[in-house]
Amino acid sequence: MANYEIQDLVEWDNRVREKAAEFGLTWFPQEFEICDHVGMLGYMAYSGMPSHYPHWSYGKSYEKLKTLYDYGVSGLPYEMVIASNPAIAYLMRDNSLLLQILTIAHVYGHNDFFKNNFTFKSNRAELTIERFKAHALRVRRYMEDPSIGIEKVERILDGAHALNFQCRRNLAIRKVGREEQIERAVEAAQPRQDPFSRLHARPEYHAPETNKVPLEPDEDVLLFIRDHNPFLQEWEQDLLTIVDEETKYFMPLMETKIMNEGWASYWHKKIVESLDLEQGLHLEFIVRHNQVLRPNPGQINPYHLGFKIWEDIYRRYTEPTPEELKRDGAPVKSGTEKIFEAREVERDSSFLRRYLTEDLMRELDMFQYEARGDELVIDKVSDEEGWKTVKETLIKNVGTGSIPIIKVEDADFGHNRTLYLKHQHDGRDLQLEYAEKTISYIYRLWGRECVIETSLQGKRSLLCFNDRGFSVRALK
Amino acid sequence: MTSDTIFREYRISDAERSDRSAGDRLRHREKVRESIRENIADIIAEESIIGKNKDKIIKVPLRGIKEYRFIYGDNAPGVGQGDGNAQPGQVVGKTGKDAPGQGEGKAGDRPGVDYYETDVTLDELIEIMFEDLELPNLERRALREIETDRFAKRKGYRHVGIRVRLDKRRTARQRVKRVLATQHRRATQGLETQKDANGNERRFPFHQDDLRYKHLETDVREESNAAVVCIMDTSGSMDTMKKYLARSFFFLLYQFISTRYRNVEIVFVAHHTEANEVTEDEFFHKGEAGGTFISSGYQKALDIIAERYHPSLWNLYAFHCSDGDNFDSDNPAALRAAKELSEICNLFGYGEIKPLGSRYYESSMLNVFRRLEAPNFQAVLIERKEDIWPSFKAFLSKDRVKE
Repeated sequence: MANYEIQDLVEWDNRVREKAAEFGLTWFPQEFEICDHVGMLGYMAYSGMPSHYPHWSYGKSYEKLKTLYDYGVSGLPYEMVIASNPAIAYLMRDNSLLLQILTIAHVYGHNDFFKNNFTFKSNRAELTIERFKAHALRVRRYMEDPSIGIEKVERILDGAHALNFQCRRNLAIRKVGREEQIERAVEAAQPRQDPFSRLHARPEYHAPETNKVPLEPDEDVLLFIRDHNPFLQEWEQDLLTIVDEETKYFMPLMETKIMNEGWASYWHKKIVESLDLEQGLHLEFIVRHNQVLRPNPGQINPYHLGFKIWEDIYRRYTEPTPEELKRDGAPVKSGTEKIFEAREVERDSSFLRRYLTEDLMRELDMFQYEARGDELVIDKVSDEEGWKTVKETLIKNVGTGSIPIIKVEDADFGHNRTLYLKHQHDGRDLQLEYAEKTISYIYRLWGRECVIETSLQGKRSLLCFNDRGFSVRALK
Repeated sequence: MTSDTIFREYRISDAERSDRSAGDRLRHREKVRESIRENIADIIAEESIIGKNKDKIIKVPLRGIKEYRFIYGDNAPGVGQGDGNAQPGQVVGKTGKDAPGQGEGKAGDRPGVDYYETDVTLDELIEIMFEDLELPNLERRALREIETDRFAKRKGYRHVGIRVRLDKRRTARQRVKRVLATQHRRATQGLETQKDANGNERRFPFHQDDLRYKHLETDVREESNAAVVCIMDTSGSMDTMKKYLARSFFFLLYQFISTRYRNVEIVFVAHHTEANEVTEDEFFHKGEAGGTFISSGYQKALDIIAERYHPSLWNLYAFHCSDGDNFDSDNPAALRAAKELSEICNLFGYGEIKPLGSRYYESSMLNVFRRLEAPNFQAVLIERKEDIWPSFKAFLSKDRVKE
C-alpha cells in the first residue's frame, strides 16, 4: 500500500521539475490526479479523457481490460497521460513512493514531447479537453433526441469508427483545398516556357480535368463522405466530424509511440538518477526501470526500442567509436543538441529510418517473420544482407504503417454515384473478412455502391458492395 | 519554470460516483445477447447439449460485435526482437491469435484482429433463446398439471392434536399465564396463600386447557410431467446435414418443454424399417442403411408411451424428423399411427428435412400427412438452418391442453 502522503509527492514533484528544467526540458502546466484501479480502468477505456461520448465499444474495452486485469494477465500502467494543455496524468494510488517518483519524471518526459514534437502542433492542445467534452455533449444530445435515438446514432458511429483511421497520416502537411487543386491543374496544363517557340510547333493544349470529384485522390474517407453524400442529415455529418476530430488527436500519438515512450523513459532515468535517492529507493528504481524497459522476445517493446535509440544517438554524438568517426566524420553537434533536435522534427518512421543503425539492430537481435502455413517463421535476421529488409519492414509496421492506405478516387464512378476507392498495395494484402465488413460500413455511410481496387494474391481485384451484398471481381 | 503543478488527491466519493462506463457496458452486453441470439442456430448445431446439465458452460463466438476496420492479412511480415540468437527458420509463434504484435498499444490506438468469444451457461442461453419467442397461445393456456401431496407445512396451533405434535414451550407458557393470573386474584381478593399446611408451595399442575399442539397442513403442489418423444429416420438417406438440422430442432423442443414442466423425460426412437429406442449419442451419430418404414417408428413410440408414459399422467410431445422418403406401401399404416399419436399427445409434429434443391425429385410425406386432420398436428418443411426457428414456432402454436 501507499507509503507516502500527497505532500511527499508535491515535494518530489518540485525536485523532479528542478532537474528536468536543468536538463532543458520544457512542458505544459501539469496536473496529476490520484486514482484507484477502477478509476484507472475507466480512464483507459476512454483513452484518458475526463469526458467522452458514449459508445458500446468503450464498454467492451472496459470489460476486456477488467477481465485481463482481474485474471492477472495484464497489470495496469503506472500512469496515463493525455496530450493536452494543461497535460493531465493519472497516478495509481496504490503504487509505492518510488513508482510515483519514477512516473512523475516519466510524465514530464511525455509532456515535453507533446509540447515540442512537430506532429502535435496541429492539435491545439489547449482545446483538447474542451473539444472532447463538447463532442460528448453533442452525441448525448443526438441520442436523447426522440427523432434520432441511440440506435441511429450507433449506426453512424459504428460505421465511422470502422473508417476513422482512413485519414491523412501527416497532419503537419496542409490539406489542399479544391480551389487550389484546380488552380494547380490549370497551371500544370499551361505550355512550358520555350525560348525557341518561334522554331517549334506549338504544343497541343489539353484542357485540364476540373470536374472530377475528387480532383486528387483523397485520404480523408470520412470527411469525404461527409462532404459529398448529399443525403446525410446534419447530425450525421456532425457525428462524422466528431469521430474525425478524435482521430486527429490520436494520430500524433500513434505516429510517435516509439519515440515518445523512449523519450519519456530516457528522461525518467536521467532525472531519477540525478535525484540522489537513498539506497532502498534507488534499488527499487533499478528493478522497476528494468521491468518497464525489458525487451519482449518475439515482439517489439516500444519503450525499450525507443530508449535504446535515444541512448545510441546521444552516445554517437558524444563519444563515437573510432569506426564511427571514420565512417561518419566528427559530430558537428553535441549529443544533447542532437536529441533535442530529433525529438522536435521526427516521427517514428523517419526516426527509425535515420537513427536505427545496423549495429544497434544487431545488438537488439531484430528479425523479420512471416506466416508459413499456420506458423510464424523467422525469414530474415539483422545480418549484413538482411538488416535493411528487416528495417524496412519495421518502418512499414510502426505508427500508422499498419493501417492500409485507401484513397477515394472517384465519387461518381460510371456516372452511377458509385464510390471508387483504391488501396495502395505495398505487398501486403487486405484481410478479406475485415475488408468485407468494413466496406459494408462505407456502403452504409455512402448510401450507394462502393468499390475498392486492390490486389489479392498478386491479382488486381475489385471488392464491391452494393444492395446485393459483397462480391469480389477480378480486374484485368 | 511554468506555473505550479496541481495534484488532485484521491477521494473515495469521487471514485464511487464515477462508474462512467456503466451505460456503455450495459449497451455492450445487450449487443452480446443480440449476437448470441443471432448465432443460436450454429451454437446448438455445434454442441452436444441436448439433455445436458444446465450449468454447462458453452463458448459462444461473438460475430456481431467485432469492430471491423481495414487491416492487413496474413501475408504481411512483421518484426520482432530476439533473445540474441535468432536464426532464419525459427518458429516464433502461430498465425492468428498469438501473432506477435507491436507490443501493447494505448487503448484504441492500434487496429488489430480482435477475437472475441464469451462463456455462457446453457441456462442463460436458453433464456436468451426464448425471451423473444412470442407464444401467446401457449402462455394463455393452463398446462395440464397433476396434483400431488407434497410435504406437510406447519400452520398455527390447536388445542387438540396428537401427542407427538405437542408444543412443550407454548404449553408451559400457557401454564405460567395461569399461575400469574391465580396469584393476582388471590392477592386482590385476600384469599389464603399458596402454601399448604406443611409450608410447602402448592403444586400447580398442567391443565387440559394448557396443552397446545402444532398444527400441520398438507401442501398440495402441482406436479407436472412431460415426456418428449424424439423420433428420427436413421435410414441410409439421412445424411449428416439432415441429422444436424433434426438435432437443432429436437434441442429447441426439449429445452422449451423443460422450461414449462418440472419433470421432463426424453425418449429417442430411431427407425429405418424397424424401430429401436436408443441413447442420445446413438440417435445422432449412428447411421443405418436400408429403407424406411415410418410407421415402425410411430408404433414404437406408441408402445413406449403405453408402457411408461400414460397420457393421463404425462404431457406428451412427439416429434418426428425424416427426409420423407418412405416406402409407398407403408403410407396408410403411417397415417393411421400418426392419427393415433396425435390423439394421445399434446402436440405431435412432423418435420420434413430436405436440404435445398432436393425436394423436387424425392418423394414427400407432406402430401400424405395433409390428409391427417388433427388440430394438434403440424407438418413443417425444413430446408436449411434458417427454417428451424420459424418451423419451431409454427409447431408450438398448435399446442393444446388435454382435458
